Amino acid sequence: MYSLIVFLPLIGFLIAGAIALFGASATVPAPVGGGHGHDHHAHDHHAHDDHGHDDAHGHDDHHAAEPAAPGSRISELVTTGLMFVSAFLSWISFISVGFGEAETLRVPVLEWMTSGALVVDWSFRIDTLTAMMLVVVTTVSSLVHLYSIGYMHEDPDRPRFFGYLSLFTFAMLMLVTSDNLVQMFFGWEGVGLASYLLIGFWYKKPSAVAAAIKAFVVNRVGDFGFALGIFGVFVMFGSISFDAIFANTEAVAGKTMVFLGHEFDAMTVICLLLFMGAMGKSAQFLLHTWLPDAMEGPTPVSALIHAATMVTAGVFMVARLSPLFELSHTALTVVTLVGATTAFFAATVGLVQNDIKRVIAYSTCSQLGYMFVALGVGAYGAGVFHLFTHAFFKALLFLGAGSVIHAMHHEQDMRNMGGLRKKIPVTFWVMVIGTLAITGVGIPLTHIGFAGFLSKDAIIEAAYAGHNAFSGYAFGLTVLAAAFTSFYSWRLIFLTFFGETRADHHTFDHAHESPRVMLVPLAVLSVGAVLAGMVFYDAFVGEAQAEFWKGSVFYGAENHILHAMHEVPAWVKASPFFAMLAGLGVAYWFYIANPEMPKQLAARHDALYAFLLNKWYFDELYDILFVRSAKAIGRFLWKTGDGTVIDGLGPNGIAARVQDVSARVVRLQTGYVYHYAFAMLIGVAALITWAMFGGTH
Amino acid sequence: MSGLPLLSLTTFLPLAGVLFILMVKAQDAVALENIRRVALLTTVVTFLVSLLIWANYDPANPGFQMVEESAWMGSFFAYRMGVDGISILFVLLTTFLMPFCILASWHSIEHRVKEYMIAFLVLETLMIGVFCALDIVLFYVFFEGGLIPMFLIIGVWGGKRRVYASYKFFLYTLLGSVLMLLAIMAMYWAAGTTDITKLLEYNFPASMQTWLWLAFFASFAVKMPMWPVHTWLPDAHVEAPTAGSVILAGILLKMGGYGFLRFSVPMFPLASADFAPFVFTLSVVAIIYTSLVALMQEDIKKLIAYSSVAHMGYVTMGIFTMNQQGIQGAIFQMFSHGIVSGALFLCVGVIYDRMHTRDIDAYGGLVNRMPLYAFAFLVFTMANVGLPGTSGFVGEFLTLVGIFQVSTWVAFFATTGVILSAAYALWLFRRVVWGALTKPSLKSIMDLDRREVVILAPLVILTIWFGVYPVTVLDATAASVDLLVKNYQAAIEAASQTAALVEPSALLR
Repeated sequence: MYSLIVFLPLIGFLIAGAIALFGASATVPAPVGGGHGHDHHAHDHHAHDDHGHDDAHGHDDHHAAEPAAPGSRISELVTTGLMFVSAFLSWISFISVGFGEAETLRVPVLEWMTSGALVVDWSFRIDTLTAMMLVVVTTVSSLVHLYSIGYMHEDPDRPRFFGYLSLFTFAMLMLVTSDNLVQMFFGWEGVGLASYLLIGFWYKKPSAVAAAIKAFVVNRVGDFGFALGIFGVFVMFGSISFDAIFANTEAVAGKTMVFLGHEFDAMTVICLLLFMGAMGKSAQFLLHTWLPDAMEGPTPVSALIHAATMVTAGVFMVARLSPLFELSHTALTVVTLVGATTAFFAATVGLVQNDIKRVIAYSTCSQLGYMFVALGVGAYGAGVFHLFTHAFFKALLFLGAGSVIHAMHHEQDMRNMGGLRKKIPVTFWVMVIGTLAITGVGIPLTHIGFAGFLSKDAIIEAAYAGHNAFSGYAFGLTVLAAAFTSFYSWRLIFLTFFGETRADHHTFDHAHESPRVMLVPLAVLSVGAVLAGMVFYDAFVGEAQAEFWKGSVFYGAENHILHAMHEVPAWVKASPFFAMLAGLGVAYWFYIANPEMPKQLAARHDALYAFLLNKWYFDELYDILFVRSAKAIGRFLWKTGDGTVIDGLGPNGIAARVQDVSARVVRLQTGYVYHYAFAMLIGVAALITWAMFGGTH
Repeated sequence: MSGLPLLSLTTFLPLAGVLFILMVKAQDAVALENIRRVALLTTVVTFLVSLLIWANYDPANPGFQMVEESAWMGSFFAYRMGVDGISILFVLLTTFLMPFCILASWHSIEHRVKEYMIAFLVLETLMIGVFCALDIVLFYVFFEGGLIPMFLIIGVWGGKRRVYASYKFFLYTLLGSVLMLLAIMAMYWAAGTTDITKLLEYNFPASMQTWLWLAFFASFAVKMPMWPVHTWLPDAHVEAPTAGSVILAGILLKMGGYGFLRFSVPMFPLASADFAPFVFTLSVVAIIYTSLVALMQEDIKKLIAYSSVAHMGYVTMGIFTMNQQGIQGAIFQMFSHGIVSGALFLCVGVIYDRMHTRDIDAYGGLVNRMPLYAFAFLVFTMANVGLPGTSGFVGEFLTLVGIFQVSTWVAFFATTGVILSAAYALWLFRRVVWGALTKPSLKSIMDLDRREVVILAPLVILTIWFGVYPVTVLDATAASVDLLVKNYQAAIEAASQTAALVEPSALLR
């Protein structure tokens, strides 16, 4: 059954991929006659895709330009159908593993690599943590597949799109079911590839292509750490399989290893290196720059990859390796610091963004920070709980935003929206539900509320109860970020759905509710956004957590955070609620009561506004530090290093010297026979002298 | 079956094809077509025969297998052939890549077809000979002999600066080899034999090892090529015809790595241990330096050539880790690089045949008209980047696992290669394949034809196959590498014991 869950999406990918490839090669326009026509389409398509930044042109009639690829319908149905089967099986396994008696299950598939002591196999490991991830991944993925049938309806390259979606899902499933670090790395880079392909799906658009490369390369920076961490694990544990690692944590704890010339605590080095991978994949502070740019991809992709599943891989990884992280207090402290900083930083940037998708992207970044805060203080269950609920409401928000964009004919700038409440009521209501969930609306001091209320508040309580050096810092920043979250989320709702419209009347008049195939996934996710918190609270972090997790997330003997977090004072428990109210109040005041207010404020604090709007200038900084300097160094090494120095002193230099010497030798050649004869005579004399006196000894 | 001298058969079968080609005297189109067909048939048959070697090969046996020996030139040296886990993959790689080279030259070579095919078949014989030779003089003859056809292939059928490139190639490699020849003579005088199996057992004195190691290093480092003697490679690649590039990157570069494994490490273990940090330094410099240089290239072939140098950096690094993962990884990396870089050069050849330019700027948006090509190019790009699930990952990963056990500094810098390779490879892919197709010259470019699909499809399949299931390849090398590592460690231990014994006696005196 687990093989089916994992490999059905792969089969879907292979079918859709084959359809896309052969369809594309069969419909390439003829070389001579069709060339001009095709060119026209390319421009048209290009212009259309660029809408986010340029809204001066109409979009209504361009879709008829390119016919759909052959086999579009089949590939949609096959991939979506297989995904639903996979999702159905995942729920069965989740219930049987999480709420039954099932032991940790290992399903061997195939050998992979064997070299000396290093043995790597393809195999699945199924425990509660995996089963929970299976549910998240397959549920969101199947709903996104379904939604995409409607959203991508007018795109000519649907088989390719659905193929990529299924490829992504397969890689993600390989990641969460992995039984060893290297297979996890396979899934890790596999989702990176799928993400790269999906961000660059509209490959004619330069910004999309640039974003795709950026995502891949920045993730590779994280993978650099991940890879070194794997090597470290192999050196210290002699194995990279989870069973062997977890069985030997006691033996390795407290040992030191030499890394980069210094002696460090082995566990700390390994955990920090692995965490670097998590930072890349989960877009944490310093390695976050790729995530907002990734919004260049189609919106369902953003929902699936850049909100609900792939970006949470880092959280999953730390939770999976909790037996290691528990042994390094230092590493956990760093995790807390990075998580809290990200939660705060991304929330501040989210306050001022105008692109509807970018607001949600920064919100994702910030929420991931929350999850890492929970992991950092040792409350793994709370972190994973937020991962679980976040998947529902964030996917909902993204798909809802997609529905808005769809209705507005690919308009993404909120400054050109407004008043859409009446036009697209279903979308409006699901977005409100998503917002209620993310801002954490609920009844304080009870366990009744939307999904985010339970999971986010659990994290804030855990941060307060935590013991490491940065838990106080984390508590303060997460409460502050909760207020910001509430502000930017409601700002999004107010700017998009309330007030007078700022859209041009043509677009506004044609705004239409999305088809049912898009609304059904939204409805399903809404149910999740409302109920996921209340239903699963007990199992994830409450009374029943020990029976639920069955040791798949590990708490050390010293770790009493799950008790302590329930014992925090009432004001701590209530603080995120009031933060939320404050954010809502300010948002209401700024965007409903007094719409001129934000502009005045921005003008008064223009430096701060520009700082936030430009995302703390990270892109500019990195561009100078890494991109430009790497290019400059590369050019220098090429022209000067290879050209002037190596070739200059080496072959070309020698060749030049040889020419010089021969030119001088030429001058000796006078052409007179007696000169040569004389030279020969001297030579013979020298030889005889040498033979007589030198050679005999 | 085992009665057949399979290795000699495989080695000299291409020469039979040469005989047939020589018999064709006519110059018309039909004759040319026949020459091409004979060459293709010869290489395919050679490949099939080499599969028999694989079938007879016993991966559990660490020593040389299918050994053939016959006296030649009296006591001086003999004709000895044999394969072990270190060489067998290269034999197969050579015979496997050869038919693709012939197919890739089908239309692109129009003048002197006969001589071209002869050069390639002779080259095949010499290359297989290098990997099968069990006599050091025989090895040297094959090793040096291979220079001549390659020199001609670049110099006669190359691009605009072919003469410069071919001389650079020839002089660089020859200069290294001269030193190796001196070392070989010294080894013969010391050990009294040229038999590689005997030389492997002979203990060269430590002081001699240093000089011998350096002499061999001069030759192999140029062949590899290692930084800073790599500059001949980009020039040679750029000027060579497509098939020449494939052979150059796929096989000729591997001779350096093979040489290290066959001679330097097992015969001069003490010197290898002393020089390992030196090799690591050069390897790491190669990985970072050439990756950065690759980033800025404007010529597709040059970019791939520089990326080859970077990938060979992993190989040299892996070899001198002297542990199972590092060396197996290095062998796998060479094997995989043979397929992947060969395939990448074939991909460049596809568009070069159409547009007659290698300028990256001349392309862009090819996916719009060449979806099949874009797919193949993507797979090879990802393998070049070392994505898990492609063959490129396995070698890179194993060598890095190996080096991490030896030095975390080296591992740290070498691992930055995974970031840099992603940068240059994806940027190339973006500039050539993605984007809107706006350049007028590309408006009527055609996708892969049947011949090109036949060339690239098997390579795509193998790239993924060896990424998902590399076990067969790794198992083939395991026993021999294990023996190599054990012998190396024994030699080092013996040396340290002698040193421990000598010192007290020196004190007594």
